[in-house]
Amino acid sequence: MDVNYEALIPKVGVITDVRIDTPDVKTFRVVTPDGKKAFDHKPGQCAMLSIPGVGEAMFSITSAPTNTEYMEFSIKKCGCVTEWLHQAEVGQQITIRGPYGNPFPVDDAFVGKDLLFVAGGIGLAPLRSVINYCRHYRDRYGKIDIVYGSRSKDDLVDYQEIINEWMEDDGIDVHLTIDREQEGWDGHVGFVPNYVKELNFDTNKTVIICGPPIMIKFTLEGLISMGYNKQQVYTTMELRMKCGVGKCGRCNIGSKYVCKDGPVFRCDQLEELPDEY
Amino acid sequence: MQKITRENLINKAIELLDNGTVSRVLGWKIGEFAYDVTPAVFTTKEDLQKDFIFDDFCNANFSKYLIAETRKAEEKVLVFLKPCDTYSFNQLLTEHRFSREKVYAVGIPCEGMLDIGKIKALAGEGIIDVIPGEGSITVKNLYEEEKTLAYGDVLTERCLSCKSKKHVVYDELMGEEGDVIDSNRFDEVEKIEKMSADERFAFWQSQLSKCIRCNACRDICPACTCEKCVFDNPKSSVNNKAISDSFEEKMFHIIRAFHVAGRCTDCGECSRVCPQGIPLHLLNRKFIKDINSFYGDYQAGQEEGSRAPLINYTFDDLEPGEAVGRGV
Amino acid sequence: MRKFSIQALDTIFAKIAADEKLYLPVDGENGSNYKLWEPGVQMSDALNTVRSAKDFFFPQTENLIEFKVTGKQIDIIDVRNENEDFVVFGVRACDVRSFDILDRVFLSEPIDSYYANRRAHSVIISMACTRPAETCFCGTFDIDAANPAGDITCWKTQDSIYMRANTDKGEKLLAKLDGLTEECDDSAVSAQQDKTRRIMERLPLANLSAEKFGGGKTNEFFNSPAWKELSQACLGCGTCTFVCPTCQCYDIKDYDTGNGVIRFRCWDSCMYSDFTKMAHGNSRNSQVERFRQRFMHKLVYYPENNEGIFGCVGCGRCLAKCPISMNIVKVMKKLGEE
Repeated sequence: MDVNYEALIPKVGVITDVRIDTPDVKTFRVVTPDGKKAFDHKPGQCAMLSIPGVGEAMFSITSAPTNTEYMEFSIKKCGCVTEWLHQAEVGQQITIRGPYGNPFPVDDAFVGKDLLFVAGGIGLAPLRSVINYCRHYRDRYGKIDIVYGSRSKDDLVDYQEIINEWMEDDGIDVHLTIDREQEGWDGHVGFVPNYVKELNFDTNKTVIICGPPIMIKFTLEGLISMGYNKQQVYTTMELRMKCGVGKCGRCNIGSKYVCKDGPVFRCDQLEELPDEY
Repeated sequence: MQKITRENLINKAIELLDNGTVSRVLGWKIGEFAYDVTPAVFTTKEDLQKDFIFDDFCNANFSKYLIAETRKAEEKVLVFLKPCDTYSFNQLLTEHRFSREKVYAVGIPCEGMLDIGKIKALAGEGIIDVIPGEGSITVKNLYEEEKTLAYGDVLTERCLSCKSKKHVVYDELMGEEGDVIDSNRFDEVEKIEKMSADERFAFWQSQLSKCIRCNACRDICPACTCEKCVFDNPKSSVNNKAISDSFEEKMFHIIRAFHVAGRCTDCGECSRVCPQGIPLHLLNRKFIKDINSFYGDYQAGQEEGSRAPLINYTFDDLEPGEAVGRGV
Repeated sequence: MRKFSIQALDTIFAKIAADEKLYLPVDGENGSNYKLWEPGVQMSDALNTVRSAKDFFFPQTENLIEFKVTGKQIDIIDVRNENEDFVVFGVRACDVRSFDILDRVFLSEPIDSYYANRRAHSVIISMACTRPAETCFCGTFDIDAANPAGDITCWKTQDSIYMRANTDKGEKLLAKLDGLTEECDDSAVSAQQDKTRRIMERLPLANLSAEKFGGGKTNEFFNSPAWKELSQACLGCGTCTFVCPTCQCYDIKDYDTGNGVIRFRCWDSCMYSDFTKMAHGNSRNSQVERFRQRFMHKLVYYPENNEGIFGCVGCGRCLAKCPISMNIVKVMKKLGEE
C-alpha cells in the first residue's frame, strides 16, 4: 500500500541542442537519455529543471505539445540556475519534472476566436508554445495577430522562427517593435503598450499577454481604453516556486497557488486576488 | 529607594510627548496573560495609559529596534533602557547603526527580570496571575492553586549573573544609579572549560542538535545587525535552514559567535528567546572570557567608540601561537 | 471501552514496543518531547510537547533523493526509508487535529508519498487533556480536548488508563493488548470529560471566536491597516512556524556531500526574507507582508481551499514561544475588532 510515485523526484534529461537567441537568452532542447520526450504537456504549462548541487527552478515549456520529439526551454540568464545552464554544453544531463500548472484554454475558450498575442522580451517564451499550437491547428482559430517587442533587434527571442515561419503563414500578422532606433532595423520603434494602441485592433479578440509586469500593466490599460474587457485577456504568472505541486507554500497569491491554480490566469480572475505579485 | 513604577514611566513618556521632545515611545505593551509583553511603539497618551506595561517580564532589549525606528521619522524616539540595554545601545552607536540625535534615552533601574519558562517549570501550566512580593512572587493558576516562588529561582539566567546595574549611557535617569557588579557570569564557562575535549564536544553536540534553525537568536541579537545576513544568502554555501547534515547547526552557532566576538555585550537575549532552551550565551561568554584574559578586561558597549581588542592592533598583543596554547 | 491499571503501563508499552517502534512524550531539560520508548523511560505528565507531533510525518529535514554526478552524466539514487511501522502514544487533541490539516495538503493530488507512507505506517494513540493551560484555545476550532481523535483514544485517571479504538488500525492494536486490558463501561471517562469541559469553559481564551474569519474573507482583511501595527515588533524569525503543528511550508535544497548531491526537504518559514525571493525580486518585500501571509494562510486562505477548516488548532505553542509574544490570538482579536 506504500505510495511509490513521487512528484518531487525528477527524471534525467539531456540537453541535445543549445541555440543562442539573444545576448542573454538561450534555447535548450531536452530529451530523456533514451532520446524521447520527457512527458506530454499542454500549451502554457511549466517544468522544473534542475542541476544537482546548483538548484531547481520552474520554466515554461516553450515548444508546443505538437512537437512529439523533444521539449524546448528559452531561458534568460538572471539567477544561479540560469547562469549555470547558460554554460552548459550539448550532452549535459540535467533533471526535469512536470508538467505543472494549468494551460491556456486552447481547446475551449480560444476555439473560434481571433487571437492577439502580446509579448515583451523573454515573455515570448511561454507564448511560443501557444502560438505554435495554434499554427498547427490553424483552422480552429480566427485571425492571429502577434505583437512582439524587445529592447533591441538582438533581444528578440526566436527571431529566425518569427521571420522564416510565423511571418510566412497566411492569416497571421506579426508586428515587431524595438524600444529604440537601431541601425539595420526598418520596422516599428516604440514600446509594446503604445504599439498595441496604434495598431487599433478590433475589440473582439482574445488577448494572450506576457512580458515584464510594467508592460502588462500599461498594455492592459490600453486595451481597456480601446474597449476590451478583462475577461478577454489571459496572462501567465511567475513567482518563487519550490515544489510545483501546491504544497511548499510560497507561490500563492491569496488562496491561489500559481504553480497549481495558475500560471495561466484570466485578467478578471487575477484582479480578484490580492495585490501581492 | 523609591521603586520606579509603570505610572512613573507613563508620566515621563507623556511629558516628553507633550513637550515635543519625542514623537514616539518605544515601550512594552500588555499582552493576553500576566506575563506576556510585546515591544511596541506608542504615539498617544491614550495608548500609553491603556497598553503600556512595566513589570517583571519586560525583558525585551529595545536597542536593536532603534535601528529601524530612527529611520522612520526625523523626530526623536523615546526609549527606556535597563542597565544591560545601555551596553547594547552604546555598542550600536559605536558601530554607527543609528543616529544618537534621534533618540531620547531614559535609563530605568532593574532588579532583574523573570523567566516565565522557569515559573512554569516550578508552578505548572495554567498560570492566570503572577503577583510580585518581597523577595518572592505568588503564582495563581486556573485550578485555584497558589504557589510562592523565590525570586532567585525564577530570575532569567542573565539576571542571575547580572554584570551591571549601572547605566553607561542615557539622556535622563529615573531612580537611583547602580554599580557594575563583580558577577559570577564566567562560572558556567569555567565548568565547560574543565571538561575533557570529548565531554565538551558531547555537551555542545547535545545542546546544538536541539536547534530548529528558527534564527530567533540571530534576529533578536543587537550585535547581529547586518543588512543582509550571510546565512540568508543562498550563494554563501551556508544555510539559514536545517540541512541534512547535523554539523551545519554547529556551524551556524559557532560562526555567529565568532562574528559577534568582541562586540557581544552579553545581554543574554539569544538564550532568552531560544525556543529549544540552548544556552547560547555560553558560547559568547567563552569569547568574552578569552578576550579578557588575552588582551585585558574589555566590556563591549561600556564606552561609546571604544576599540575592541580584536580590531585594535597593539605591540603588546598576544602572538597567535600563544593564544592557541592558552585557549585549550 | 478497555481499561488497565496505571501500574501496568510499562507492560503495555513493552507489548507495543515488541513489534513496533513506540514514541511517547518524555520530560527533558527543556520540557517534554517525543522520544523512543525503551524499558525505564517514563511518560511525561506535561500537557504538551515543546515540539509538535508533525515531526513524525513531516520531519524538519528529510532526504528526498541522491544524485551521482559523473562529468555530464547524472544518476538518480533512491535513498527513501519512510516505510517503518511505528506507534505514537499520548498525542493531544490539538496535535491529532493537526494531522487532518496536514493530510489535506500532503495527501491531496499529487500525493506526497514521503508523508503518505509515514502516515500509513503509523498508529496514533491520543490522550485526553485534564489540565489545559492558559494558552489553550482548541475550543475556538471546535476541538474537544476531552475527546481527542486518533486511532485509539486514551483517558488517564488517578489509577487507570481507559482506551477506545476509533479505527481499524486502532482495533487491531487494542486486540493485541487484550490479555492485558479488561472491558469496562465509560462512566469514569464521562465523569472526567465533564470535569475537563467545565475547565475549558473557564479558560482565559474560552471566548475567542474564529467566526469572523474563513474562506472568502481575503478582501476584508488583506488591506487592513492593523497588519502594520501587529507586525511592528516581529523579528522575522521562524519560531512560530517551527513550533506550529500545522505549518507545513518547505524548502527543497541540495547539499553537496563531496561524493554526491543530496536533495533534501526542510521546514521553511513564510517569515523568512528569502521565502519568496527570486532572481528578479520579491513578492513579499517587508515583514508586514510576510507576517500577513502567515495569518491570512491560517485564517482565510486555508479554510477557503479546505471547506472552511481553519489552519490552526489552538495548541498555544506560538503563544508560549514567540520571542516578542505576538501570536494568532492577538491577530484574531485585533482584526476582529474592526
